[in-house]
Amino acid sequence: MTKATVYVTYKESILDPQGQAVQKAASKLGYDKVAQIRIGKYFEIEGTGSSEELKTQVEALASELLANPNMETYRVEVVEE
Amino acid sequence: MKFAVIQFPGSNCDFDLLWAIRDVMGAEAEFVWHDETSLSGFDGVLIPGGFSYGDYLRCGAIASFANIMPEIKRLAAEGKPVFGTCNGFQILVEAGLLPGVLIRNDSLKFVSKWQTLNVLNKQTKFTTEYGENEVINLPIAHGEGKYVADEATLVELKANNQIVFTYENGNPNGSVDNIAGIINKEGNVLGMMPHPERAMEDLLGGSDGAKLFASVLKNFVKVEEVNA
Repeated sequence: MTKATVYVTYKESILDPQGQAVQKAASKLGYDKVAQIRIGKYFEIEGTGSSEELKTQVEALASELLANPNMETYRVEVVEE
Repeated sequence: MKFAVIQFPGSNCDFDLLWAIRDVMGAEAEFVWHDETSLSGFDGVLIPGGFSYGDYLRCGAIASFANIMPEIKRLAAEGKPVFGTCNGFQILVEAGLLPGVLIRNDSLKFVSKWQTLNVLNKQTKFTTEYGENEVINLPIAHGEGKYVADEATLVELKANNQIVFTYENGNPNGSVDNIAGIINKEGNVLGMMPHPERAMEDLLGGSDGAKLFASVLKNFVKVEEVNA
């Protein structure tokens, strides 16, 4: 089984109000070393074929569907188990 | 009995709830902003529906750490009535005042309609006014109302008759065992996805919600009256 993980996060230039709201809650709870929180998405993908084949498809999938290139970036990791 | 209706940024059923308990039922009630730190003088808490903090992180998650929450927990521990509907229910489970959690509807759709419910436990202080075998209709309006809990919690909920309301004639969200509302073991904290405050007069399409508030007013008494 080949597995891929995709992390999608906002670009640095994009404001993340959800992350800011969570950061404020963290600060209220006393976590004073937590300066900034940005929330992203994490995808677990199971695949078939070689890791190169899966990586090619998942890279394409990430840019076409999983992330919106206007505001998000993504990182793909493929592992063979 | 004086009730606090808690307002969070993003609450949108706060006025309905205040109107239900004050204008229809004739009880004393006031809004309390989530940033307040005292519920002194209040005999009960009503947590409205809506989208507190935009449902960021998880619905109810950030609200459960609001400044007013320790006071809500204090009243709950003192045996006073604490009631949450819809987002209020989500806040109560995130705050740990009720077990389990509410997740996205199976259909992935926001469901807004009148729903038939079975009042499974009519012995609670919130439900004594409902008749034997009474099936009721209340509005539901939620995207994340699927109740889930681990097996041990479900066994305990059933053993203690803590499942108060179940969906009848179809499950609108995929809730485990058709659960629509549950109560804590002590019997003074109730959370439910349906909106009784929207069914207070026949003019609104139904009045089945009024019996819930009537039960509360009948069965809970002011703490001072108990001590006197």
